[in-house]
Formats: sequence, structure tokens, C-alpha cells
Amino acid sequence: MVDSSDPPPQTYLGSAKPAGFIGRLALVLFIVTTVAALFAYAGGWLTPHALTPARMVDTFEQVNGVHPGFRRNHAKGVGFSGKFQSNGQGASISKASVFQPGGFPVIGRFAVAIGQPFQADAPHTVRSMAIQIKLPDGQEWRSGMNNIPVFAVSTPQAFYELIQAGAPDHKTGKPDPEKMSAFLARNPESATAIQLIRSHPFSSGFDNSTYNGLDAFRFTDASGKVTAVRWSMVPAQPFAPLSTTAPANGDPNYLFDDLISEVQQHPLQWHLMITISQPGDPTNDATIPWPSDRQKIDVGTLTIDHLETEDTSPARDINFDPLVLPDGISGSDDPLLSARSAAYAESFRRREGEQKTPSQVSATKEAK
Amino acid sequence: MTDQSGEQPRFPLLMRILHWLMAAMVLSMLFIGMAMVSSLVNYHWLLSIHRPLGILILLLVVIRFINRKLSKLPPFPPTMSRAERRIAHLSEIMLYTLMFSLPLVGWAMLSAGDYPIVMVGPIHLPQILPANPALFAVLRMTHTILAYLLLLTFLGHLSAVLFHTLVLQDGLLRRMWVWKTPSK
Repeated sequence: MVDSSDPPPQTYLGSAKPAGFIGRLALVLFIVTTVAALFAYAGGWLTPHALTPARMVDTFEQVNGVHPGFRRNHAKGVGFSGKFQSNGQGASISKASVFQPGGFPVIGRFAVAIGQPFQADAPHTVRSMAIQIKLPDGQEWRSGMNNIPVFAVSTPQAFYELIQAGAPDHKTGKPDPEKMSAFLARNPESATAIQLIRSHPFSSGFDNSTYNGLDAFRFTDASGKVTAVRWSMVPAQPFAPLSTTAPANGDPNYLFDDLISEVQQHPLQWHLMITISQPGDPTNDATIPWPSDRQKIDVGTLTIDHLETEDTSPARDINFDPLVLPDGISGSDDPLLSARSAAYAESFRRREGEQKTPSQVSATKEAK
Repeated sequence: MTDQSGEQPRFPLLMRILHWLMAAMVLSMLFIGMAMVSSLVNYHWLLSIHRPLGILILLLVVIRFINRKLSKLPPFPPTMSRAERRIAHLSEIMLYTLMFSLPLVGWAMLSAGDYPIVMVGPIHLPQILPANPALFAVLRMTHTILAYLLLLTFLGHLSAVLFHTLVLQDGLLRRMWVWKTPSK
């Protein structure tokens, strides 16, 4: 504020003490440069080889190509809406309002874990269910779950290396088996987990798949007691084994189209099962299953009665960040959780600014 | 450069307190913001501080602006040239504008991205915009640009104050210092 009470300016040099002027100026430059360098360090500019959310998402783009407007992983999907009916059983272990008895609206998405939105459905591709449960007090619970019993890696770094090891070679167009063996040798926990995933029976479709949250979370009850848990969406639809032959009609979206005709006939249901840990069960390693005798609590039922193509479904523009949680549920020490949150945010940042392309999956097919 | 009594006029106490409180908060926010977008492992806990701290800054900057308008400021020292006084005044406007707009854009951005605006525990704020992907993308980019602008303005402010305080040794910083320092 320049006002008349300010004393008239003098020149710098009149007031500067010549002795040590250069030294003092150097000190100022040193301090400011140090502060700027600390910012650069915090922003990762001084460590270009560190694994950042941007590099993680770049890797998906390198392997799959860039498909504007689509998720960088789980790119092919269909939206759904429905309801979660809580039975009140969860309230004994978590104060989250989602476990009070009542029905809450759900928006969600079924997808396959591939980076290319126009790839044909294949029997062994990992299937996912993502949900957003809106609670009446304005809180939300978002979760992304997969139909595999454990995750293939335990750290973000290993995930990054696994994508690279599984990427098609430039010359042959196929993944290099030596790269994958080298990865598995470096990450024996992944070798064990992948064995477990392969030996786990895949079901015939989206409708009868069990979707597992994989990462551990913490439930806090009204008294402040904390319980480590994992959760699964267990289908009410009976299990049917996977047919390994492609469908006779050659439909590239047969998994999705089967799901669409199912929902057109009757609503689909899943039970949300909470698995309670015992002391010693690992919470920071999604490759290790918990013993099968752990107590499980059925806390409510998810009913899906409407599917909608991503072109119009609000699910397309929801970031199913696994750490968007209501009070009473929080993340565990599993390093994958924050990494998923960060990488999803980066994927979301990129795709929301891009021109949207119609989805391969339409939800308005004639019932077969 | 003190006045006749040897007592240098300072900013009123509340202005000094708000200045240093917000300096610590804004500096932390800049570091948190830089670090969280470049880290996979630290993203979540940094973000969970970033949101409520941003809203606290938004609240405080409004209080601070009103207090600033009601307070009597000490005069510029004679060691500041007319050009510097103009730059100081512009940078003050810039800092206030950025401290106000950055958290507001952040809040609007999360709203357009259809995120719940989680503060602490069950406490959350309403969304101030409808969900809109294209708007989210624009606001997300705006948030980054404004953050870098604030970072550069802060570095300029720091440089200018250090230049006066350490090189010219005109006691400029004493006007803002919380307690009294013996003048040379």
C-alpha cells in the first residue's frame, strides 16, 4: 500500500553496507535456491527414475496404447445401478453408517481387467465389480473388487514390473517368457500368488463371480476398537464352471452380453461378506490369503436391477478409489491401497479431459 | 532504519500472528501438494491432510483479508524504491488472491469430479458444483497452474524479504516479526 505516510525511498546502495555485500547476497541466493530445490525434490523432479503415479499410468499407455476417454486399466465395462440392503450385522465391528440397517443406493461398474476397451472378451480375463454406495449423511463407500482370490503382487513397484514383464515384445508381438520368469524369480510371493489364482476355479460369467476386495482394511466400532478385515461380494447366483470354448456366435462381448440378458430377466444379488482377521494375519500383503476358517459376517445384500452403457451411465465418471471410505472404515498398511488411489486419480485426471468414444458394450441388447 | 525513538513501527499483532500461521500452513500445503501428486505410497495420507488444511486456509484468508482492511499498516521503509513498493503491493494482492482461489478451485474441482469432500472423520462439506467431467478436467488443471503461481510468488516474496533483511540490513523483517528484536 503506497500512501503518503511512507518515507521517501532512498537508493539501495546508499543503505547497503559495501563490506560483505557479495557474501550476503550469495547467502540470500543460497537460501532461496535451497527452498526451491526442496520443492523440486518433493515434486520428484530430482528423482526422475522413481515410480510416480504418472509413470505407472504411462506404463499402461505404453503397453495398451492410449484410448482417449477410457480408464487406463479395466477399460472395457458396463455401468449398473441398484441397492445395498444392510442387515445391521456389520454394526458390531464398524460404526460406519453403511452398516446400520437400511437400504442405500448403489452405482457401480462391471469390467474386465484389460487396458484396451475394444478387446474381445476372453474366459480367463480377470473380472471386476466396482461400487459406490451413497449414504444418507452424505458419506460414500467406494470399492473395486476382482474375481481372483489374492492379488498377484504385494507392492506398487512389483505391479509396475509385472505389467512390463507381461507386455508384448516389440518384435514378436508376444510377451517374453524370460522376462516373466525373471520377474517371478525376483518376486517369489507373486509366483505363489499367481499359482493360487490359476488353481482357483473361474465361474462362467459376471453374474456368478465372487468379487474380492483383496486389500485389507480397518473397521472401527463405536467404542474405538479396530478390527482388520477383508471383504467379498459373494453371488446368490449358483456357481457354474467356466466354459473354456468361445461362444458359437463369435460375440466379442459375450461375457457382458450374457450379464445384460441375465439382468433383463431378473435382478442379480450378492452378499457382502466381511472376513475378520486373527492376530498375525497379514494386512500389508494382498498376495497372501487368510486362513479359510476365519469368521465371516454377512452384512447385507447388493441387488443389481439395471445395467447401463458407459456412454450414459454415471459410473463412467466415477473414480472408484478404494480409499473413498465412510467414517468407521479406513485403509490398512497395505501399500497397494494408496498406490491404487494415486494411480486411479491420475488415470481419472487424464481421461476426464479427453473426448469420449462410445463404449464397446451396449446395455440395450435384445434379450437372447 | 528506525524512526527517531529507535522503535520501528510494526504490523499489528493479529496481522503478524495470521501472517506466520498462514505462512506455515501455505508452505506445508505447497510441499504436500508437490509430494502427493508424485508419490504412490504417500498419496493418500498427504491428500487427507491436504483437503482439510486447504479449507482451513480458505477460512483464515477471509478473516485475514477483513482484518487487513481494518488494520493500520506500518509505512514502507525508505530502502524500498517506488518500483519495489508497487511490486510489493501487487504481490500482496497476488498472494491473497491465490490463497483464496486455490482452495476454492480445489473444492470446486472435487465437486465436479463427483468426489465426497471429506474433512475429518464423518465431517464433510457439500459439493459446490454438479458432477461434470469436462469441468473437472479444467479445474484440475487450473488448480495445478495456480499452485505453481503461488509457489513462484512465494519464492519472490521470500527473496525480496531476505534481500532487504540480510543484504541491505534495513530491518524490513522486524516489521512482521512476532516478538521485538533489538534494532541495530
